[in-house]
Amino acid sequence: MPVNGQIKIVTLKVNGKDVSARADQTILQVCRENEVFIPTLCHLEGLSNIGACRLCMVEVAGQKKLLPACTTTVNEGMEITTTTDRLGHYRRMILELIFSERNHTCSVCVSNNYCELQFLSQKLGIDHIRVPYRFPKFNVDASHPYFVLDHNRCILCTRCVRVCDEIEGAHVWDVSGRGIQARVITELNQPWGSAETCTQCGKCVNVCPVGALSDKGRSVAENKKRSEFLPYLTQRRREKI
Amino acid sequence: MPKTITIDPVTRIEGHARITIYVDDDGQISDAQFHVTQLRGFEKLSEGRPFTEMPSLMARICGICPVSHLMASAKACDNLMAVKVPVTGHNLRKVMNMAQIIQSHALSFFHLSSPDILMGMDADPAVRNILGVAGKNPGLAKDGIRLRQIGQQMIELLGGKRIHPAWVVPGGVNAPLSAEHRADMLRVMPEIKEIVRRALNWYHPMMKQYHEEIAVFANFPTLFMGLVNEKGEVEYYDGTLRFMDSAGNIVADGINPSEYDTHIGEKVEAYSYLKSVFYKPMGYPGGIYRVGPLARLNIARSCGTPLADEELQGFRSLQKGPVSSSFHYHYARLIEILNCAERVEDILKDDDCMNTHVRAIANPNSFEGVGVSEAPRGTLIHHYRIDENGLIKWANLIIATGHNNLAMNRGVLQVARHYLDGLNPKEGMLNRIEAVIRTFDPCLSCSTHAVGQMPMQVEITGPGGQVLKTLSR
Repeated sequence: MPVNGQIKIVTLKVNGKDVSARADQTILQVCRENEVFIPTLCHLEGLSNIGACRLCMVEVAGQKKLLPACTTTVNEGMEITTTTDRLGHYRRMILELIFSERNHTCSVCVSNNYCELQFLSQKLGIDHIRVPYRFPKFNVDASHPYFVLDHNRCILCTRCVRVCDEIEGAHVWDVSGRGIQARVITELNQPWGSAETCTQCGKCVNVCPVGALSDKGRSVAENKKRSEFLPYLTQRRREKI
Repeated sequence: MPKTITIDPVTRIEGHARITIYVDDDGQISDAQFHVTQLRGFEKLSEGRPFTEMPSLMARICGICPVSHLMASAKACDNLMAVKVPVTGHNLRKVMNMAQIIQSHALSFFHLSSPDILMGMDADPAVRNILGVAGKNPGLAKDGIRLRQIGQQMIELLGGKRIHPAWVVPGGVNAPLSAEHRADMLRVMPEIKEIVRRALNWYHPMMKQYHEEIAVFANFPTLFMGLVNEKGEVEYYDGTLRFMDSAGNIVADGINPSEYDTHIGEKVEAYSYLKSVFYKPMGYPGGIYRVGPLARLNIARSCGTPLADEELQGFRSLQKGPVSSSFHYHYARLIEILNCAERVEDILKDDDCMNTHVRAIANPNSFEGVGVSEAPRGTLIHHYRIDENGLIKWANLIIATGHNNLAMNRGVLQVARHYLDGLNPKEGMLNRIEAVIRTFDPCLSCSTHAVGQMPMQVEITGPGGQVLKTLSR
């Protein structure tokens, strides 16, 4: 936040350690700069933040509520705690609910070994879930010549929706329905293969944290995602503007 | 008064099963049925999935022979893509398939069946297992465990892990072989041959003690079926299907695997989840045939490798014409391990195995694909139909154990009639009934998609369903 042409710097505490940051930074940015781990799924560097997955919740001294690190900017004197029993409990519960909602089977998934949901679950020690699986019936949309959409593995992070809208500018993706009925759709619920607005750029596939979007023809454990390009794209577009 | 004897479940086989023996008023056995009691349903649950997932999805049918399903499934997918797998990819798949046969045959022969042979069919069940073998003949147990380890390690060297490697993909394999892993595999080939040689030296004299079992362990005329290569030699991965009758006449030959259903029919019986498979021209149940090691050695002209062919002479001398006793599945398994070791060595000694072009890439170009390969237990058929987007619409799997189902049922009946004295079943008799099933090395989890392990119980039931007598262990 520039003040008289200067960037305002604030000082705060993260897990008891003094750090300094620009006043326009989010808690998540500051923590990552200082190598403090905060789990995220809907956040991706280069895309807007929506605070949807709630995995990045942190505790801030003086606040009863937990705050999402990806959408909360830092303040002078803030005291942030990123790891507590309470946070661990909520984070595990969120992941368990994600697993129960759809049909996530790592062993036969294209994204096995490259999946952010899998990585986080391992990191947070999820070896079983305490709620029943819903086993919903979802179709696979393989009508696109290059890509496949498998709703069974979607976690509704909406990275695909945002990257297509904010970076590619095509806005093929949207979310249809509410609550447990919600699902990502292409071109107002037409088969992906018939979507005339799709530029076939593949950004949605590369930002998808799980196996919901994959390159067609990939076999199990073969779909390595590449999302490192995003911050550069965002930066270059901003500079052009 | 008619009685029913039930053996439930059958032990030391892969999967869940139960046996029912029907005794009539005169104390004579009227029928016997081998029930496979679980349903897995992989054919149904694969519907709607992209075909590219099929090899790994189907491999999950079994933890013992996942590689066999990988092979048949990947071959069906190759056909859906209508591609020719690069030669090196093709050969590396063959190596993995043979590594699978080595480890699975080792499991069947040493871990599951050698206790019966070493301890005797009447031995105490408490010692009639691999630990008992380790006590009585440590060398034999050690060899079996080592042989299985070698086979599993070869699978790991090729595919990155021992069980359910995702390395076999539609169009080939997803990574070439490294020089280091090639050398590692070549290094253990002589050891495999030495182990088999020791096992054969042990088994030959043992076999003579079991002439009574040999005579009645599913020893009857049936057809035999399996793959053979263009030279008529034993084939585990490719080739065409051949049927031979009990007199040694080749009744059907050169059957393109994709046309399997012109010769092979499937029948569902109310008493089992395992489909009964039969040779169509001879109808059901007359078209009874056997697959697996015994059938492969019977139908082929030769093994195509020197050491195995030398031993094949011994196998051929057991009987004029095709060897008909299922007891000799055990012997055939040892010969096949030898054959696989020699063939793997041939492939790996050729520098072409290091070629890095191991995968063909394509979209689906055909709506229907069939993949046939030889699993350790026999011919494995995967048949898929897809829609225009490459999603599975329909799948049919015919597993080796299904081909053998009719023969296993008749084998149980034959053994029961020979050893069962009316209502007085003895422990050794029960084990002989199980042992005849074991000769086929059935994998029930594969064939019906079931899991589990099994203690054994025999029930003698009256016509009103009342249990008259129960034996259990």
